[in-house]
Amino acid sequence: MTFSGALSVALPELILSVGILALLVVGAFVGDKGTRPVALGAGLVLVTSAAAACFGPQGAAFNNGFVEDQAAVFAKVVIYLVSAVGLIIAEPWLKRVNGSRFEYPILVLLAALGMGMMVSAGNLISLYIGVELQSLALYVLAAFRRDDPRASEAGLKYFILGALSSGILLYGASLIYGFAGSTRFTDIAAAVQSGAGTGLIFGLVFLICGIAFKVSAAPFHMWTPDVYEGAPTAVVAFLTAGPKLAGMVLFARALANGFPGAVEQWRQVLIAIALISMLWGAFAGLAQTNLKRLWAYSSIANVGYALVGLASGTQEGVQAMLVFMTLYIIDVTGFFACLVALSRDGRPMETFEDMAGLFKERPGVAAAMTIFSLSALGMPPFSGFWGKVYVFKAAAAANLQWLAAIGLLSSVVAAFYYLRLIKTMWFDPTRGTTDASPLDARGVAFVAAAFSFPVVMPALALIDPLSKAAASAFGLN
Amino acid sequence: MDLQAIAFYVLSAVTIGSALMVVTARNPVHSVLFLITTFFTCAGLFVMLGAEFLAMLLVVVYVGAVAVLFLFVVMMLDVDFGSLRSGFARYLPIGGVAAAVLLGEMILVASAVGDRGAAVTTHYGASPYSNTEQIGRVLYTDYIYFFEAAGMVLLVAMIGAIVLTLRHKPGIKRQVIADQTARSASNGMRIITDVKIGQGIDA
Repeated sequence: MTFSGALSVALPELILSVGILALLVVGAFVGDKGTRPVALGAGLVLVTSAAAACFGPQGAAFNNGFVEDQAAVFAKVVIYLVSAVGLIIAEPWLKRVNGSRFEYPILVLLAALGMGMMVSAGNLISLYIGVELQSLALYVLAAFRRDDPRASEAGLKYFILGALSSGILLYGASLIYGFAGSTRFTDIAAAVQSGAGTGLIFGLVFLICGIAFKVSAAPFHMWTPDVYEGAPTAVVAFLTAGPKLAGMVLFARALANGFPGAVEQWRQVLIAIALISMLWGAFAGLAQTNLKRLWAYSSIANVGYALVGLASGTQEGVQAMLVFMTLYIIDVTGFFACLVALSRDGRPMETFEDMAGLFKERPGVAAAMTIFSLSALGMPPFSGFWGKVYVFKAAAAANLQWLAAIGLLSSVVAAFYYLRLIKTMWFDPTRGTTDASPLDARGVAFVAAAFSFPVVMPALALIDPLSKAAASAFGLN
Repeated sequence: MDLQAIAFYVLSAVTIGSALMVVTARNPVHSVLFLITTFFTCAGLFVMLGAEFLAMLLVVVYVGAVAVLFLFVVMMLDVDFGSLRSGFARYLPIGGVAAAVLLGEMILVASAVGDRGAAVTTHYGASPYSNTEQIGRVLYTDYIYFFEAAGMVLLVAMIGAIVLTLRHKPGIKRQVIADQTARSASNGMRIITDVKIGQGIDA
């Protein structure tokens, strides 16, 4: 492929990179007064990149280091648009807390660039660089409010544990390189065609552990509740959405493209991780009083469900994972938008006690949060239910009925905390008035709630064929 | 025993000895100095392998920048290494288990490679280019994507460092060179007359 051909395949990333550099120069000259224009520009760059991913040419470029196929396009469009929504929530919030800095939108763009590289990775090197680019930007975002000790603590914890997980990932990658003789997924696939040897399996397990860390699957989830609790809510709304999807697609990419000959081996590991995540997310969530911690455990459980889809090791399973994650990140963005919209006497409302009687105070936001809770719980007809239908159907088709049954069981356990939140909001006596809620966060919450039901029904008619085409790009049966 | 073997044994003995001293030296400054020795001898081993570019990189980057940075950090932070080491005996069993696991893995890898060799051994044959030139040739062609992407990672590190640490403090006096050069005798000087004897001047 010619160099210009390779560049045109990487057009979304190219637009993002050039946009980042241009906005950085603008920001450096205008300063923090220019946060709004820079954020608008960043949103524009994200939407343009999503369009470029949609309509641009596909193929493998840069010696197979960069793969643009249906799966990458699907994930990129979702990731870029969700990142843009994250900016819609975050920019006005920064202004409200007097923390407007033009670097924020640029870091979001850099994280989005890293996520795009992750979902397009065709080589262990691009996998690692993508993961690092995304993670480093997220560490800085988590600690963005550096005067807030809790945010700094969250950022530091995230950084140290993230560095540890990168080490694990690299260790696995170097073992795989050593035994397969190449970092390219296509070459690794050729090396494991006749079954993977002990060394490759070792590397594969370490690689899975490293990525599981990044998507906060148990037992590699320790950082999640602390980071979610400490980091500003608007940042959490961003880092719980796109990066999770990018991590899951990276899982599918590395395992399906790199190890198609070792499906049975990686399925076992994924089944174990999915099982622990679902159960731990459900049971540990029961003891939480802080809503951000609660949704951290909820996200651990939900990553477990998505991994059930992937663990089936079939095309249907990958499709289920994509649909589930897409629907889930819309829900979770909406929920954190609600939390951003709520404050009492200038303090963010984050605990169950704060939410008491919210329905009388803010019926709209309370109704939206109710919808998100029911959806995360998997109640029909909300979007979370349809995601779970896909996942459990795929698991049952791959003879994993027992895993689907345990998933259902853990959903029932998790129902307790979702219903407790709803009960607190609707039936408990109110604790005083809340501050006026900002239009932007409320707007995002309402749109997400409307998506959760009823927009999800027609949307699924669109997502289903797209995700099917995306899943077929991985070439599993 | 030819000269090369002698050089190899000397270099590797010094590498292992000084690496041991890095972790056992009482004084942290000595530790860093031993670290620099380790890097230097490693560079020597690289030269013997014919990887002179890696050797130069090790000397320039690790000895020149990283180790000196360590030295500064050790000297400036005044960390009490004595107290850090106090748990050594207590954590020895856990550390021993971790070390044993790592040792087992290394033996596994080494024996597997020894048995079958690495999966693919690429021989470029007699190349007209030197080692450094060859690296340059693939770095900016086959690996250009990774190279540029790594540049973006470094950009994040730069932005992150500025975002998290730079503070604009108001009211700090700064040098403004334009103001200095624009100053002339007419606005920079004042001629004072009528100074009475025995009295000061109010500026």
